[in-house]
Amino acid sequence: MTAARSVFVVTDIRPLRRGIFSVTFDAPELAVSAEPGQFVHIKCGRSRPLRRPFGISDASGDKLTVVFEVRGEGTKWLAASEPGRRVDINGPLGHGFSSVVGDILIAGGGLGAAPMLFAARRARGRAVAVLGFRGAASAILTEEFESACENIFVTTDDGSLGLRGTASLPLGELLKTGRYSAVLACGPRAMLRAVAELSERAGVRCEVSLEERMGCGVGACLVCACRTKKDGADKMSRVCFDGPVFDSREVVW
Amino acid sequence: MSVDTRVTFAGVEFKNPVVTASGTFGFGREYSKYYSLSELGGVCTKGLTVRARLGNPPPRMAETPMGMLNSVGLQNPGVDEFIKTELPFMRGFDTRVIANIAGETIEEYAELAEKLSGAGVDMIEVNVSCPNVKAGGMQFGVTASSVAAVTRETRRRSRVPIMLKLSPNVTDIAETARAAEGEGADAISLMNTLLGMRIDIKTRRPLLANNTGGLSGAAVFPVAVRMVWQARGAVKLPILGMGGISTGEDAVEMLLAGASLVGVGTASFSRPGAALSVRDGIAAYMREYGVGSVSELTGKVEIF
Repeated sequence: MTAARSVFVVTDIRPLRRGIFSVTFDAPELAVSAEPGQFVHIKCGRSRPLRRPFGISDASGDKLTVVFEVRGEGTKWLAASEPGRRVDINGPLGHGFSSVVGDILIAGGGLGAAPMLFAARRARGRAVAVLGFRGAASAILTEEFESACENIFVTTDDGSLGLRGTASLPLGELLKTGRYSAVLACGPRAMLRAVAELSERAGVRCEVSLEERMGCGVGACLVCACRTKKDGADKMSRVCFDGPVFDSREVVW
Repeated sequence: MSVDTRVTFAGVEFKNPVVTASGTFGFGREYSKYYSLSELGGVCTKGLTVRARLGNPPPRMAETPMGMLNSVGLQNPGVDEFIKTELPFMRGFDTRVIANIAGETIEEYAELAEKLSGAGVDMIEVNVSCPNVKAGGMQFGVTASSVAAVTRETRRRSRVPIMLKLSPNVTDIAETARAAEGEGADAISLMNTLLGMRIDIKTRRPLLANNTGGLSGAAVFPVAVRMVWQARGAVKLPILGMGGISTGEDAVEMLLAGASLVGVGTASFSRPGAALSVRDGIAAYMREYGVGSVSELTGKVEIF
């Protein structure tokens, strides 16, 4: 029923890029049950009334890690953490990717690459990752993906790192091989839509991790709505509870 | 000392004065993973309508200083689905079930009241104050004559006590409170959210797809206390007071202003156990100040 404990200690915090941080907590209760695609809901100090959702970018042993960009007061507070700080965390929350087994393609766009690292690690070397960034200066976690995956492809909008263009380019080519059983993706909505269309055209199952402003994070308040369809009928799903990961065929783009 | 937290409210006995506010607690399923709903005085359902509603397009929420705006727009599965799948779940707990209803017409309000009172809810909260729907909602809550008309029809068709949830978006809360009392309401609850708006200055677009939304959270608490106090002075009906309560101290303040029950809403979003800490905080206050029964606090503010 009630979580045994909701306050966890920061063990490590480091900047990945300007304004982007990776923070690790000593949180065995959270790490043990965390699944790729799930998130944690963090109380970022007392001054903000609501918690902030963060996709889990790794969970192993006693440690749980999230990667985030400083966007406002809450994330600024979290970025100012030092090892030893006690942080109130609710989670792991939501429904993650249904399966990370077999030959899978992982697509991550921008900051959306971070939670995909958790999926890549759980795929135990059988995943191929396609990561898209604005430019070399905003690329994150590429070394970690390289060691976790069978192969990785990086694209940047300006060509400053890897291939010039969007993640769709290498993804389309990889899908043509017919080797992959699923595509798992997290990133900007336009990218997810493109990934979903490519996958559907190739007849490959695709799961996308969506984002929406959240209130409660547990499915009660209905503010993080996204339109979905199932069996021909439209409905409003809750990103925090029904998602954040959805079968791409159910999303109404 | 032992304290008595029971409250008899419009003839219904509540084991403690804490009720979760409509729209912040679903039908209790989500928060029942954090604590047993039997710990609560009551649970108030998400607003129910005759037919299922998808609600408003996202984004539906914007955080504000110590509060939040929402424009959910009464997303719910419809009254029949509620009776079939949600009510039996809620009935599995030893807590009072208050069904919140919203009609697009007076006849819909009456139909909802009749159906739900026959299905076994303990009380009906008549939502004439939702700021996020085009038809119905607040439109019925801002004039005394429409509050009177909705009260009259729902009272006539309901077999259980009815409570009018009043809108703060009025000039004089006493007027709408009296209108409810005049047509036989058994109780009133207040307040619903305050109509608000935020704008993104980079894009010059509102932060909510519905443009405006309802403000809740600690930011609105003083307004709610004032309105409960004013309503208490205007009518003899028992009052469920809510709006920004997040601690036991807040709840005691609301009781002193004139409430008999208190609602906890937005506070649950940041602390899933907020309603229970409010309940425990009230009891702690009672012990500290030698208050034997929680009802002794209602309306006991000593006005200057």
